[in-house]
Amino acid sequence: MNQLLYSKLGTLIKVEPSIATSIGQIQLDRPVMLASGILGISLDVFNRLYRSGAGAVVTKSLSKEPWEGYPNPTIFSVKGDGWINAVGLSNPGAPNFAKIIESNQDVPIIVSLVGSIPEDFEMMIEEFENCTVTAYELNLSCPHVAKVGLEVGDDPELVKKIVTTVKNSTDVPVIAKVGLGTTHYLNTVSTAIDSGIDAITAINTVRAMAIDVETKRPILSNKFGGLSGTPIKPIALRCVYEISSKYNIPIIGCGGISTWEDAVEFFLAGASAIQIGSAIGDNWIDAFSDINNGIISYMERNGFSKIEDMVGIAKKS
Amino acid sequence: MQRNHNHPTIVTIEKVIDETPTVRTLVFSDEVMSNVLPGQFAMVWIPGVNELPMSVMISKESGKAAFTVRKHGPASTGLFNIKVGGQIGVRGPYGNSFDIKEGKLLLVGGGTGLVPMMRLLTFVKSTDNVTVLIGAKSKDEIFFEDLANSLLKNNTYQVIVSTDDGSYGEKGFVTDLVEKLVNETHFDAVYVCGPEIMMYKTVQSAHSRGIFVQASLERMMKCGVGICGSCCVGEDLVCKDGTIFDGQHLSSNKEFGYFYRNKAGILENYQV
Repeated sequence: MNQLLYSKLGTLIKVEPSIATSIGQIQLDRPVMLASGILGISLDVFNRLYRSGAGAVVTKSLSKEPWEGYPNPTIFSVKGDGWINAVGLSNPGAPNFAKIIESNQDVPIIVSLVGSIPEDFEMMIEEFENCTVTAYELNLSCPHVAKVGLEVGDDPELVKKIVTTVKNSTDVPVIAKVGLGTTHYLNTVSTAIDSGIDAITAINTVRAMAIDVETKRPILSNKFGGLSGTPIKPIALRCVYEISSKYNIPIIGCGGISTWEDAVEFFLAGASAIQIGSAIGDNWIDAFSDINNGIISYMERNGFSKIEDMVGIAKKS
Repeated sequence: MQRNHNHPTIVTIEKVIDETPTVRTLVFSDEVMSNVLPGQFAMVWIPGVNELPMSVMISKESGKAAFTVRKHGPASTGLFNIKVGGQIGVRGPYGNSFDIKEGKLLLVGGGTGLVPMMRLLTFVKSTDNVTVLIGAKSKDEIFFEDLANSLLKNNTYQVIVSTDDGSYGEKGFVTDLVEKLVNETHFDAVYVCGPEIMMYKTVQSAHSRGIFVQASLERMMKCGVGICGSCCVGEDLVCKDGTIFDGQHLSSNKEFGYFYRNKAGILENYQV
């Protein structure tokens, strides 16, 4: 009906392109999400981000028990650009967090989970039974905490068991967030797909460090952290392009995206949606509407009526 | 190369002033920090120990700034123990600043919450009529009384100290004094920084009478730049939306005065 109306009136009235997008079964009104680890701690903040233009918010990675994370300094600004963080996956724990989001009705919330064994994930998903959850994102790629994240993602047997277990525990779509570890990330993607994963988020921060030359010591309390922000964008883009070239799986692009041009690059490379994090540190939460508006203008100029029209077309050239 | 304010600048402590047995002021040279607005803060790295948000203290000498720290947890004790010649990293300044009003002003501070009040005093006009309230548990915890007097020497002013135990100045809670003052006199603006309950009650006293009031909130902070979310109070991020909030805004915040988040992000109750 709407489609018909648009096509008839389209020549008379300028119809704004739609930035709604689908990542497999996941339907979002807007393609820019909050990346995991960023601001994801209270429902009030989630509501604010949603009002500010986020299509969905991904929570901080939740563990079975509350985690305090590492002592400060936990974040370091790289001279030039980018951030290195080792927050240490601080989070209130899945049971507490489920209570926080229980009353959520409006915001598409993607719950990020971190654990060491399949049972961790299974138990946590039970906690969210009474919550409206848009999807689960499995953190298989945090580069600075032992026994979880990348250490799990680097173990193909464990990835297989975890994804299989999670898929058997819930009907909600499940996303795997991959990163650059010792196992080639494409192998991790392949394992996750074979185990029934619904979508892939690529990539996480890249393991990195910083040393202060005056005091001659590593700056982060954990010494190692994860590099994020514009320095990793070309790497993330390459990964999205490679995944979409090799596999037929919905992709969420993540890594250093800060402008609408970055977002469009990821769509053209094969991502159906994107996530931002560091950009919020630089441009605050206006980043969401700035990117959304830039995407709309670009689509108008290029005659795209929906996000899907752009996805992966750089591969055809 | 232009200074990146998010990148820690290493400064050397030049002077240490003992304010009380548990409070010290550490003075260092830094043009950027010497010129911050009242209420702005820095993230202070104590190498090998921790990093914590600190309101930037004034120094009598130009081009210099300071931090006034009360030893409490491991991070603040680490900063407290830095000697002359010791190095710390500073990044920022971060956060907004107090709206500087004119006329009859009331500044309320408790403990190191007096730090932004002292900087605010350097911004008042000589025509302003200024009342400074300093609240402390007991006599040995009082500091900055002389400093407040000297900063206001060209104004019509009063500096009132109250102690909970009555060992110095007026006896009783500083918030009872605030209630009494705003009841008797019309103030054009009230500013407060200190323990949350002190701020909550002061905001209530002033806001309920339609008096402009601002408070500088404190929360656990990790990044200071609006990424980590540790410092959220309801939908507000103290580092990015604050640390200064006005009474109108705070009166609609469900967490102010009641809850804070611990290191894991779990809400804890102030009243317990």
